[in-house]
Amino acid sequence: MTQRRFKWRNLYLWLVFIVLYAPIIFLVVYSFSKGDTMTNFHGFTWSHYQDLFADTRLIAIFLDTLLIALLSSLLATAVGTLGALGINNTTRPVTKNTLLALNNILMVSPDVIIGASFLIFFTALKIPLGFGSVLLSHIAFSIPIVVLMVLPKIQEMSTSLLDAAADLGANNWQLLSQVIVPYIMPGIFSGFFMALTYSLDDFAVTFFVTGNGFTTLSVEIYSRARQGINLEINALSGLMFLMAMVLVIGYYFINQYSSRHRTNVRGRRK
Amino acid sequence: MQRKQRLSRNTAYFVPYSLWILLFVIAPVLLLIYQSFFNIDGQFTFANYQTYFSSSTYLMMTVNSVWYAFLITLATLIISYPTAYLLNETKHPQLWLLLIIMPTWINLLLKAYAFIGIFSQAGIANQFLSFIGIGPKQLLFTNFSFIFVAAYIQIPFMVLPIYNAISELKPSYVNASRDLGATNWQTFSRVIFPLTLPGVKAGIQAVFIPSLSLFMLTRLIGGNKVITLGTAIEEHFLTTMNWGMGSTIGVVLIVAMVIIMWLTGGSGKRHTRKGLTK
Repeated sequence: MTQRRFKWRNLYLWLVFIVLYAPIIFLVVYSFSKGDTMTNFHGFTWSHYQDLFADTRLIAIFLDTLLIALLSSLLATAVGTLGALGINNTTRPVTKNTLLALNNILMVSPDVIIGASFLIFFTALKIPLGFGSVLLSHIAFSIPIVVLMVLPKIQEMSTSLLDAAADLGANNWQLLSQVIVPYIMPGIFSGFFMALTYSLDDFAVTFFVTGNGFTTLSVEIYSRARQGINLEINALSGLMFLMAMVLVIGYYFINQYSSRHRTNVRGRRK
Repeated sequence: MQRKQRLSRNTAYFVPYSLWILLFVIAPVLLLIYQSFFNIDGQFTFANYQTYFSSSTYLMMTVNSVWYAFLITLATLIISYPTAYLLNETKHPQLWLLLIIMPTWINLLLKAYAFIGIFSQAGIANQFLSFIGIGPKQLLFTNFSFIFVAAYIQIPFMVLPIYNAISELKPSYVNASRDLGATNWQTFSRVIFPLTLPGVKAGIQAVFIPSLSLFMLTRLIGGNKVITLGTAIEEHFLTTMNWGMGSTIGVVLIVAMVIIMWLTGGSGKRHTRKGLTK
């Protein structure tokens, strides 16, 4: 009886699992199909990948997207880490809670609201739409996630560590660069990775603030998908699937490293 | 001396972050509200709100949008609750959870694009329908396809908070309930479900709010038959260039968001949206 119930359970999970992955596998499989529709598999070919690598416009867009992602997550990590340190240093609980609430606004707001309000903002300040506005938006919506990833790490750090460093004559800069930052590094790394995926994934906000000249990969996929099936997009999705895998594995290892690091520290404290 | 040092450190940390809060959190929202009081010619007016609340088109659109978001959330919940429950019973729940969350790392547009192929006239879904004898149907650009794809995209965001709630549930409560003679159904409805309700609420919050604003899906999958609040905002900002009206709808969306957060309780922790943050 229990044996049979166990199988039913697994069946349901497998079903959910298959439904979740089928569309993604479907996309990647058809990137290798001859012909130009996603209906019947016409035999294996690399030609869509060749088209993809010959498409200089798309490669330029890909590089732009990557540049935006790297720059925005670097800057967001810097600002977010400083913000998390600042939030941690606040003494009054009211201030702290207000700051955390403000921090979370961009995390709960629908993308459309963020996009529309940023568009009004950039227009009001006469900031031209394009690379700059997209970069600023990506930095802006990545900062809160960095704060949320770094803050627990800072709170884990004991104040006696800072006091000891200050007593030994460390100035502010030394305190930050040689004591605090090394300690919270795993949090900073996870923040950076999350910011990276936020930026690479974003469509709606970019769509609002991108203007005419500049495009990211998501926006380009959207406009091509509106024109119908094009197996070059399938090839692109194959590559992006690979990239997502690399990111997941990278994130997994950072997490592993940080948890190992944490147990080490705890072990030493004992 | 040390206090002074601490203070200067504080301000140094805070300059870029406070600037961010001022410029990118507070200012845009205020500007959006401000903009909602201007008509297309740039004159100050309350007309946008008047139009919104007196026009049956806008009101019907809002009701429709909330209705579809409700259906999407319900479909997601019905699939996700058993999934989260069963996940908790497996031998390697963390591994399964990772596998459920992984699809969220694939670009949303690509997943939507996949369904254009799957639901197309001669696509694999119609081939299946023909195979089991129902015959091909118009699948793409229907309300059904919109709800299906939206639910597909949102499932991981619902599973994660519910799983977290279930995994924190102490098995001793369930055992106690069984020992006291409760049936399986009573145990579930009186013990398990109420105790995991916070997770369900968090999941509803994480799914309902984005469902009001998924404009790319209404365009790519819904074929413009479903107009959500998000679609209307996008239309007003980027197509008809009537920013005042767009902002008015934006304010309505913000109010809807606040109501949902108030109903589901607590500040939104959508950083679980990406999963893997545990």
